[in-house]
Order: sequence, then structure tokens, then C-alpha cells
Amino acid sequence: MSKHSPVDIALFAPSILGPAALEAVRKLDPRSLARNPVIFTTAVAATLATVLAIRDGLSGGPTVWVGCQIAAWLWVTVLFANFAEAVAEGRGKARADSFRATRRTARAKVLILPGNRELWEGKDLDRLEPGELILIEAGDTVPTDGEVIEGIASVDESAITGESAPVIRESGGDRSSVTGGTRLVSDWLVVKVTAKPGETFLDRMIALVEGAKRQKTPNEIALDILLAGLTLVFLLVVVTLPFFAAWSGTTIPTVYLVALFVTLIPTTIGGLLSAIGIAGMDRLMKTNAVAKSGRAVEAAGDIDVLLLDKTGTITFGNRMADEFVPSPGFDERDLAEAAWLSSLADDTPEGKSIVELAARRHEFRRDQAPSAASFVPFTAHTRMSGADLADGTVIRKGAVDAVTALTGRAPDPALDAAVRRIASSGGTPIAVARNGTVLGVVHLKDVVKPGIRARFGELRRMGIRTVMITGDNPLTAAAIAAEAGVDDFLAEATPEKKLALIRSEQAEGRLVAMCGDGSNDAPALAQADVGVAMNSGTAAAKEAGNLIDLDNDPTKLIEIVMVGKQLLISRGALTTFSIANDVAKYFAILPALFVAAYPGLAMLDVMRLGSPQSAILSAIVFNALVIVALIPIALKGVHYRPASAAALLSRNLLIYGLGGLVAPFVGIKLIDMLVGLLHLA
Amino acid sequence: MPSTFASSALVPPGLAADLIQIVLCLALLVAIAAPLGVYMAKVFSGELTFFARAERALLAPAGVRPKAEQHWSTYAFSLLAFNAAGFVVLYLVLRAQNLLPLNPRGFAGLPPHLAFDTAVSFVTNTNWQSYGGETTLSNFSQMVGLTTQNFVSAASGMAVAAAVARGLASRQVRSIGNFWTDLVRAILYVLLPLSIVVALALVWLGVPQTLDASATATTLEGAKQTIALGPVASQVAIKQLGTNGGGFFNVNSAHPFENPTAISNLIEWLAILVIPVAFCFTYGRMVGDRRQGRALFVAMGLMLVASIGAIYAAEHAGNPLLAGLVDPAAGNMEGKEVRFGVVGSALWAAATTAASNGSVNAMHDSLTPLGGLVAMLQIQLGEVVFGGVGVGLTGMLLFVVLTVFLAGLMVGRTPEYLGKKIEAREVKLAALTLLIMPIGVLGFAALAIATGHAQTAVQDAGPHGLSELLYAYSSATGNNGSAFAGFGAATPWHDTWLGLAMLLGRFGYIVPILAIAGSLAAKKTTPASAGTFPTHGALFVGLLIATILIVGALTFFPVLALGPIAEQVSILAGHTF
Amino acid sequence: MHKILRPALVLLALFTVLTGIAYPLAVTGLAAVLAPQQAGGSLIVRNGTVVGSALIGQSFASERYFHGRPSATTAPDPADPSKTIAAPYDASASAGSNLGPSAAALKEAVARRAAALGPGPAPADLVTASASGLDPDVSPAAALVQVPRVAAARRLDPARLRALVEAHVEEPRFFFGEPRVNVLALNLALDATNP
Repeated sequence: MSKHSPVDIALFAPSILGPAALEAVRKLDPRSLARNPVIFTTAVAATLATVLAIRDGLSGGPTVWVGCQIAAWLWVTVLFANFAEAVAEGRGKARADSFRATRRTARAKVLILPGNRELWEGKDLDRLEPGELILIEAGDTVPTDGEVIEGIASVDESAITGESAPVIRESGGDRSSVTGGTRLVSDWLVVKVTAKPGETFLDRMIALVEGAKRQKTPNEIALDILLAGLTLVFLLVVVTLPFFAAWSGTTIPTVYLVALFVTLIPTTIGGLLSAIGIAGMDRLMKTNAVAKSGRAVEAAGDIDVLLLDKTGTITFGNRMADEFVPSPGFDERDLAEAAWLSSLADDTPEGKSIVELAARRHEFRRDQAPSAASFVPFTAHTRMSGADLADGTVIRKGAVDAVTALTGRAPDPALDAAVRRIASSGGTPIAVARNGTVLGVVHLKDVVKPGIRARFGELRRMGIRTVMITGDNPLTAAAIAAEAGVDDFLAEATPEKKLALIRSEQAEGRLVAMCGDGSNDAPALAQADVGVAMNSGTAAAKEAGNLIDLDNDPTKLIEIVMVGKQLLISRGALTTFSIANDVAKYFAILPALFVAAYPGLAMLDVMRLGSPQSAILSAIVFNALVIVALIPIALKGVHYRPASAAALLSRNLLIYGLGGLVAPFVGIKLIDMLVGLLHLA
Repeated sequence: MPSTFASSALVPPGLAADLIQIVLCLALLVAIAAPLGVYMAKVFSGELTFFARAERALLAPAGVRPKAEQHWSTYAFSLLAFNAAGFVVLYLVLRAQNLLPLNPRGFAGLPPHLAFDTAVSFVTNTNWQSYGGETTLSNFSQMVGLTTQNFVSAASGMAVAAAVARGLASRQVRSIGNFWTDLVRAILYVLLPLSIVVALALVWLGVPQTLDASATATTLEGAKQTIALGPVASQVAIKQLGTNGGGFFNVNSAHPFENPTAISNLIEWLAILVIPVAFCFTYGRMVGDRRQGRALFVAMGLMLVASIGAIYAAEHAGNPLLAGLVDPAAGNMEGKEVRFGVVGSALWAAATTAASNGSVNAMHDSLTPLGGLVAMLQIQLGEVVFGGVGVGLTGMLLFVVLTVFLAGLMVGRTPEYLGKKIEAREVKLAALTLLIMPIGVLGFAALAIATGHAQTAVQDAGPHGLSELLYAYSSATGNNGSAFAGFGAATPWHDTWLGLAMLLGRFGYIVPILAIAGSLAAKKTTPASAGTFPTHGALFVGLLIATILIVGALTFFPVLALGPIAEQVSILAGHTF
Repeated sequence: MHKILRPALVLLALFTVLTGIAYPLAVTGLAAVLAPQQAGGSLIVRNGTVVGSALIGQSFASERYFHGRPSATTAPDPADPSKTIAAPYDASASAGSNLGPSAAALKEAVARRAAALGPGPAPADLVTASASGLDPDVSPAAALVQVPRVAAARRLDPARLRALVEAHVEEPRFFFGEPRVNVLALNLALDATNP
């Protein structure tokens, strides 16, 4: 498989930083600022500080120099916040541009008469209505999303999925959907349009990554409310402070109050909040999955139960030879050789796996094979395949009953026991006979993908229960479930059973995620809280799911869960950091404001800052710089490793809570020393 | 001479003896509160029926079917209507006490602002006393007016806690119980029986209980001494148990008739805290996970122990300004009673400000700056260190909502508490309540300064005057009721604004928490997994305490710096005001 | 509306009767039976007259008596009812000084009282105002420091007087409380031994 991971953009690519800086200024537009209450409040404070600085400048007030600097830094704070958002948006835009480049076609061939491929007219894409039939021929770019009505063709979907090998699209079945922006490599298709103009998959992806239509997710809204509440609390604190100061016989210059206010309100998280959200979507894109909404990504972080299809997800798609079990009196090597010989020309995955196992266990090499052998292919009638060698040896392998019937004798009891053992462990026994004598059986089994057990372990640590969905009988299912380390399984699954399982889990309050591709998965995908549709799947499945995996990799869910969690953690951690910062800011600013009234309060100045003016300036400078310093964390997301909630909480509290408490003490002190060196205050 | 005395056989109890008292008090408290909590859980779940007939006798004339479930909004509206009715009646009784019976000393009716303030104060379970009990109120007013409200305002708070616990425990239902039933059960099963027991114990220890208004004595030096009396014990019992705190006498539980001995002091101290503490255990049982109740108990308990320790240390260290004048061994005795000493007073000051009780056995105005700071801060934190009966627990749950929200984000999951998702609606309601203390304390106090009413009301100049002002508005908003009593609050301005602060601090919390309970009751319950962080462990307890302290400190640090902290540094520098 | 107003009014009325009237009256009745002396205010009768309450302090100014703690109770000024005058141990209007720790008035008052007691640091309780203004007790130290004065005024043997004081010290019970001396009880005993 050759795959390109979607455009990987360096964290601070100059191509993004430049436009972002411009964009940061453009975002000073009040209408744009109003979307973020905390930053809007900061901008109002900055305006006030500017007016005060001008007034003091004209009247020669005592705080004019520091006042000008404070006003300037307040604007810088706003700009930094805008810049963080612009950088995140810029990264999204770069990705969107690469999508947009794939949409080369402006017109579609609309059939005039259904059934007649000869008669069509060109129509602009933006006038294309759902339900219309269009013709796509080799070399055409698929103009919009649709469902194949007629024809079969190979389609290059690399523009969207990054998968270079063309895939087959045909009418009916699970391979009937085509996506706008992909390209027909061969043949032709008649496609029924399923998307309105501007609402195709590609359009939605572009809109999503650009963040243009980005709706706030539920947790983001809740956090916004909390931040607004804290902002109001601090507004009350600062607005009432002059009265208490007056009581104490001192007046505080208004510009200092403005500075205090801005340092207290959660500007750090407020400034980075939208960047975190946009960057989260960007990270999701990087995993090559697309969310239809941010809500789905957040929900992915919450899921309790993960339903996974056995085939292709937990096991390789096909059964593979696992061991040779010889009949009593026969050598394993003998059995292996016969099996190997009979399978050399067998192109089925099972046959290949027998060759591979024989080669691995007994070092048979292809060049050792006798040259003149004729291969007898498998038929449904004989249920056997085999080889007739030049020396007259007849080798047959196949279903146990078919092969033993060949010998005309009752099966050996010991062999019979082996057969039953294999069947009961979920495997498939293949009997091998040479010249009418059963040499033994080959154990074919579902092979669990390497590493999958560890991944389920990770999920368990994250508190997510995995349920394997399989059409196998319960016995087989149980065996594979145990080997793969899933927590539970649903055997002999039907779409109805799947749906019922999801509903019963949800009734107990759990959030369920699943992935699927077929049309019959659509109801379950729609019912699940997080439904991941395979991009190769049907339009119905893609419509029902709220995430689409471009790689068609069912284990992708695990990565999506991690992205969802990382998104929430980034918000929580930076909020904690932001609030914890306030403690140090109080210790910097309050002594500066109050020391005139009560000289003894100088003891609160634990940082021993240069002067009251320097203390205030340092706090405000720190407050602005910390936003920039945290942009990388906001974009990359807080480091996340699967672990129990308790372990995650203590780790993040230590870093962002305690770190948030301590860091500003150090930072403000350093800035104060610099301010002193440069004689800024 | 005193210094030689210190070495005699009558050594004043030292640090060890004080610590023994503190530890014994706490141990007794838990020993009584834990079983009481279990009992209350049974009461509010309707498992106990031995007063069922009395219950019906009260509810039937009211037209209430005991098991008729109420939506949270109906529940809240019932509570508001009941308290509004209580306010109107109490206001009228106070205004017209001269026309009503049982007024042996012939007190006049209260002026409108004082009647408003007092009525609000008792209906909101604050019991701020702008009046001096024995010099203003008739026995009728004390009994029918105040004692009744002592019971029903406490029962209202208990009902809220029961409803909230029920809401958290239930799944996908629209109701949170029946207010009238909860109210009646709180009084019949809990408040009334406990009050009778405590009242009789107090009488036995010397607290008067008589309908006589006073006795006259001729002192040894021949002077006439009028000794105010009354039905004291019955009121003291419920004022402590219901975290009301409004004393029969002006100096409250510092009065030898309200609190005659160290043992009565112990009983009343226990009575202050026992129901709020028990509610932690009630809660754990009602939500079906006792660890949850224990976690809240530990969080509150740690803060209480820290407060006791801090106040005790500050008072024991004494007033540096008096060093050299007095023997330092006894600590700061201004405004304290000998029978309680520093340790008994510190225990009480911590308990009464923790539990939103507001009764005092020492004058808080005369506490050392740091002792006063701790008392004031406990109120400003939102009365969540056990807090008022019922409402302390629910106030704490508002902080739990905020803590869980932050912690939930930090573990990468939509925050959950007891399996209920905490979403925008809950955060909005909880964040709204964060504004109450700043508005009531900072906003109203600043308004008083701006209008000049603060300056005329305070007794002390300098930072201590600011402390008096802040304490008054903190006490009102926190529904505590204790005071830096030098503050002359009995003016139309302060009576009105303090009254508004009390209303804000009472119903501003109750309505949102009931709304949250209603919203959570309607939600599904997600079973816990390794992905949900436990809300019963040490980590959560620590985080909860940190959230409370940081929110409180960030809100009040500036004014505390200008008040008690400035006073402390001034005293250390030898300044007086 | 009716559904809510009716229970509100009815229950308020019923609880007023139950908790506002029946409860205090019941406790009063029980108290009168079980502990009439305490319920009536623990009054002390000497020679047929009430001389005070065992629990309430009273003002002692005479050199012949042990003095209690400074009391901050006040009474309306007969000359100008809007003002108040000092009226120590007014048991109908309890009050503390409410002086803040940084109050100049506090430091002056303590200094004045300490000076009156003589040189050296004074027992804290004897120079600071009590919370109630009615504190019946002083610390043993505060009682003992007065022994020489009272002994001189009554011409008693200081050692015997000291023994009397020590006999009147109430120790903490079950670890609770502080050692204390009830001033009225001590003075009554003093009058009894030395009329």
C-alpha cells in the first residue's frame, strides 16, 4: 500500500506565519472579536487604556510613560490571541487549498433521458440538483457525490484518501458510492447525484478544516460560559477596588486597574481556545479521518464502548495455516510436504498461507518442487483441491469429510479428536491425503493482527470496553475474542442484533462507537454516538456516520478517540494553567497598588520586584507573552498517553496546575529584571 | 505575682490540653453525625414511618398528597412561596409586637427597615441581628416569630439538600421529590426531637426557660440588677441545630444564660455542626455511593480543621500591641469569656463561620486580625465548609460541579459527576452562583462606601473599620449572621442592603442548585469506568479544596489585603488607629 | 397558584403553632418540673432577697470584694437618651466592647487597667472586656492577684484568703473548659466568713 499522509505542515511554516500576522490585525474588527468574550473584553480594556494614555499624555499625568506601555501591551495581548487563532486557521486553510485543487471540473454531463448514455448536456456544478443522473467517463473528474446506477469503473481516489491504487466502483452492493474530486481511470459510470451543490463531501471537508463554519462544541460552550463567569467576577473585583482603596486613603490610577483586570481574566485560555479547537480538527485530518462536526470528535473522547468488526479489524481478512497435525503413524514433515506440494499452485490466501507455514516450519523451498505437477483446482462439488505429481502421487486437501470419504475408510479416532479440537477452538481443519491415505490435518485459523491485543489493553486503560462483532458461531467467536483480548463479543451478528446491542448499551448510559461500511450498517451507524463510516463504503453508510475514515481502516477509531481526548485535555489543562497564573499576578500587582496606603504590605511582594510600575508592567507583559509561548501546545495538543483518568488527572494537575502556579513567579521576576535593565519603568 | 502563679498547681491548661479539647470535640462530632446522617437519609427516603400520622395530619389540611412528585421548578416555587409567606407574617408580627400578647417589658413595634431586615434575616436562615434581643423583642416575637422561622428556614434548607441528592441519584426522571413532604419530615423527624433533647440538656446546665421577662436582684454592693430572662433554652437549641444563630440575647452565646458552662459550650458547638456534617453521610447514602459523601466530608473537614488551627494559633498568640501590658499566656482575651478561654472561643469561631450559623461565644470584632480573617474568609468561600443545614452541602456541590468540569476536561472526557454529564447548562448555573459573593460583598460594600454610609457605621478607624464593613456584608451574603458587632448596621441603608444581600445569598444559590438537580435527574447515568476519574479519592478532595480556595482567594485577596492583612502588618509595626 | 399558596399558608400556620408555641411551652413546662432552679435563672437568695444569679456577673467596685472583668455594657444617658453611658454588668443589655485589635482605645484601656493593678504584666482577663459584659468568672490568676488588696481591706490573712480562692477554683470537667473562679460565689463566701 502506498499512502501519503495528508499534507504535513510544519508547526511554524513561514507560509502560514506571514499571512497569520496580517490576519491577526484584521481580526481586530469588533464583530470578529465579539465571538470571543474574553478577548473582546481585553480589547475594550486596551481601548480604555489607550484613551487614558492619550489623556495623560495631553495633561502630563504622572503615569503617562507606564500607561502608554500598558496600553501597547494590552493591544499586543489581543493581537497575540488573534494571531494564535489565525495560525490555526492558516493551517486549516493550507489543507483546504490542497483539497480545493482537486475540484477541477466545473461542469457535469447530465443525462437527458435515463438509460441513454449518448444524450447529455453540460451543466454547471452549482446548478446540479440531487436526483439528476450524470455520466462520468474515463479521464473525467467525478463532479459531485453520488451513487452509481449503472456501469463499473476503476476510480483513482488518491486526491481524497491518499491511496494511490485505484478502486472499483459499480452499481449495487457496498461499492456504489463515488466522491466528488476523485477521477475515473477507466470505463464509465452513470451516477445519481446525492449531494446539493456546495454540500458535497469535499465542500464539507473544506469548510470544516477552514474553520469557517466551525460551530462551537458542547464542552467549548460550557467552558466559554465558565470563562465569562470568571471574567465577570474579576470585573467586580476590579471595579469595586477603587472604593476600598479610597477607604484606605489611597487612589489607584485607572490604568493600573485596567492592567490588573486584564491580567486576572483568563486571557491565556481565552486567547487560545479557538486555536485549540481548530487545531484539533486539523489533527484529526492528519489521521486521515474526517469529522462531519466538531461535536463528533468530542463525543469520540467520551465513548465507553467500541464495537469492532472482527474481520479486517481484529483478524486479517482470511484464515491462515497455523499448525500441521499428522495422523497417528505419520510424520509432521511428511504431512507438511504433502500440504505444501498441493498448495504450491493454489492462489487462495489459505493456500498461500500453507506454503508459507511449511516453508517456515520445514524449510521447503519453491525451487525444490518437482517440476511436472498438475494442479487440481477447488470446486464446490468436490470441496477439495490438490496436485497430481509426475511420479503418479495424488495429493488432495480439503474439507475433512470430503477427504476422508475419498479414502473409503472411517477416520482414525485420534485424528478425529484433533479435528474436533480445531473446530472447537474456532479454527478450520483441512485434511490432507496422499494416494488415498489421510496424512493429517492442517489447522487453519483466524489470525489476530499483531499488536491488536496491546491496543485493546490501551483502550481498557482509557476505560473503553471493546466488543467484537462477528458472523461466526459463539464458540469460534469466544476463542478469537479471548485471543484478541476484547472484552466481549457479539456472535452470529446481524444488522438487527448490532442495532439492538447498541441500544441496550446506550440504555445503560454508555456512549457507543462503531465503524461500518455496508448499507446494512447504516442504521447502527446512525444509532451509535460515534459512527465511523469507511470511505469505500456506501453512500448510505457515509450519510449515517458522523466521521468518515479515508483509509478504510477500522482501527482508526482508536486514533480518533485519542484526538478527541487530546482536544478536551488541551482545553482543560490550559484553563487550569490560566487560572493558576492569577495567584502570582496578585502577588506582583497588589503590593504595588497598596504599598502607598500601608507600607507594611510590601511584605506581600514576595518576588521583590524593582518598583511598583515595573511590577505592573512585568505582569502585563508576562500575560501577553504566555499566550505566544503556549501557541505550540495549543496547536499540537497537550501530550496524551492512554492511561486511567486518575493518572491523567494527577499528571496534568502537576504540570499545568502546579506549573501554572509557579511559572509566572519566575516569568514575572525575569521580565521585571529586564524592565529594570532597560529602564522601561 | 502572676508570673510566679504560673508555676503553681493551678497551671492554666497549656497547648496539650487545648489540643485534647479540639480532638475530643471533633471525635464526638463525627461519632454523632455519622449515625444521624444515616437516619436522615432514611427520613428523606421515606423509609421511616413512626411519625406518619403526624405527617398526614400536617399535610392533609394543606391539600398535599405526600408522594406527589414535583418538577424542580415547582419544588423551587413551593419553597419560594413558603418563605415569602413566612417573611410577610414575620414582618407583620415584628411591626405590631406592641399590639400582640406576651410583651411583658412593653417593647414598641419595630421600625420598617429593622422589621424588614430581621424578617429577611430569619427567613433566609441568616439570623443577622440588627436588634439587641433582650432590649427590642417581646417574648411573642421571639417565640412565634423567630423560633418558628428558625425551624422552617432550616427545614427549607434541608429539603433542598434532600431534593438535590434525590436528583443526583435518579435516572431520567422529571421530578425531584415533594417540597412539602420534605419540609414536614425535616421538622418532625429531625429538628423538633433534637431541639427538645438539646433544650432540656441546656436547661439542666443552667439556661433559663421561663415566661418571665426578668428578675431583679440586689447585688452584694447594694445596686439593683435587672436580669433579663425568657424562654431561652428552647430558642438556643433550635438556633444552633438549624444553623440559624440568632440569639435570645444581644451577645448571643457569649451570654452566660445562653451558654453557661464549658459543657453547654460543647453541646451547642456540636449542635451547630452536627446536622451539616451529618448531611455528608445522608448524601452519600441517598446517592447510593457512601464514598461520595465521605469525600465531601473529608474536604470540608480538612478545611474546618485548618480554620480551627489558624484561629486558635492567632488568638493564642495574642495581640502584639498589648505585649508587656498583659501576661501573654492566656492569649487575646478581649471580647472572650473566661469559661471558654481561647480554645473554646476559637473552636466556636471556626464552627460558626464554617456552618453559616452566626452565633458567637466571643466577639468577632475583637478577634486578632488573622483570626478574624479566617472567620471572614470561611464565610466568603460561600459557606461550604459544612455550611448551613442542607444548603452548605448543596453549595459545596456547586463547587463540585465546577471542579468536576475542569478535572473532566483534563482527563479528556465530557465531565461527569455520579455518572451524570456536566454540560453547558449546569456550568452556566454554577458559574452564575460564583457571582453572588462578589456582588453581595464587594459590590454592596463598595456601594456603602461610595454613598458614605459605611463611614458612619463603622466603630473603628483604619483597616479594622474596613474589616467590619466587609464582615457585615460577607455575613449577610453568606447567610451567616455573625458580625464584627462594632459595625452599626441598624440604619435604614444597611438594614435594606444587608437584607438584599441575604436574599441574594439564600435564593441565589437555592434556585440554581435545584435547577441543576432537576437537569441532572433527567439525565442518563453513565456507569463508571477507568476513563471516569473517581470523585471520591484524595486527588479529587485536594482539587476540590484547591478550587474553593483559589476562587475565594482570587475574589477576596485584594480587600483582605486592605482589611485584616493591612491591620496585621500595622499592628506588627506598632500602629494603632 | 392555589396548589402552592394553600400548602404555604396552611403549613406556616400549623408550624407556627407547633414550633412557635407548642414547642417552647412544652420545654418550659418540662423545665419547670425537671429543673426549676436553672429554668428560673439560677437565682441566688440570701436572707430572703435575691442577690443575683449564679451565672451572671455583677459589678464590684469596693476594695473589700474581688472584682470581675471589665464590662462594656452601657445604658442610655439619662441626660441625653441618644447617647450611652457606661453601666457595667447591666444584665438586661448584654454587650461586648467590640474594640478591634488595632484600636487605640483598646490599648489605652488595657494600659489604664493594668496600671491600676500595679507593675508587671497583668492577667489578661482582668484587663480586657468580656464578650458578654456579664462574665461571672475570672481566671485563678486574676483572682489571686487581688488577694493582697482584699486581704488588706478586710484585714485578713493573705494565706487564708488565698486558700479560699483556691477552694473556689473550678477545674475543667472532662477536659473541657478553663479553670475559673466565680466572682460572686467567692465574694459570697468571703462575706460569709468575714461579714
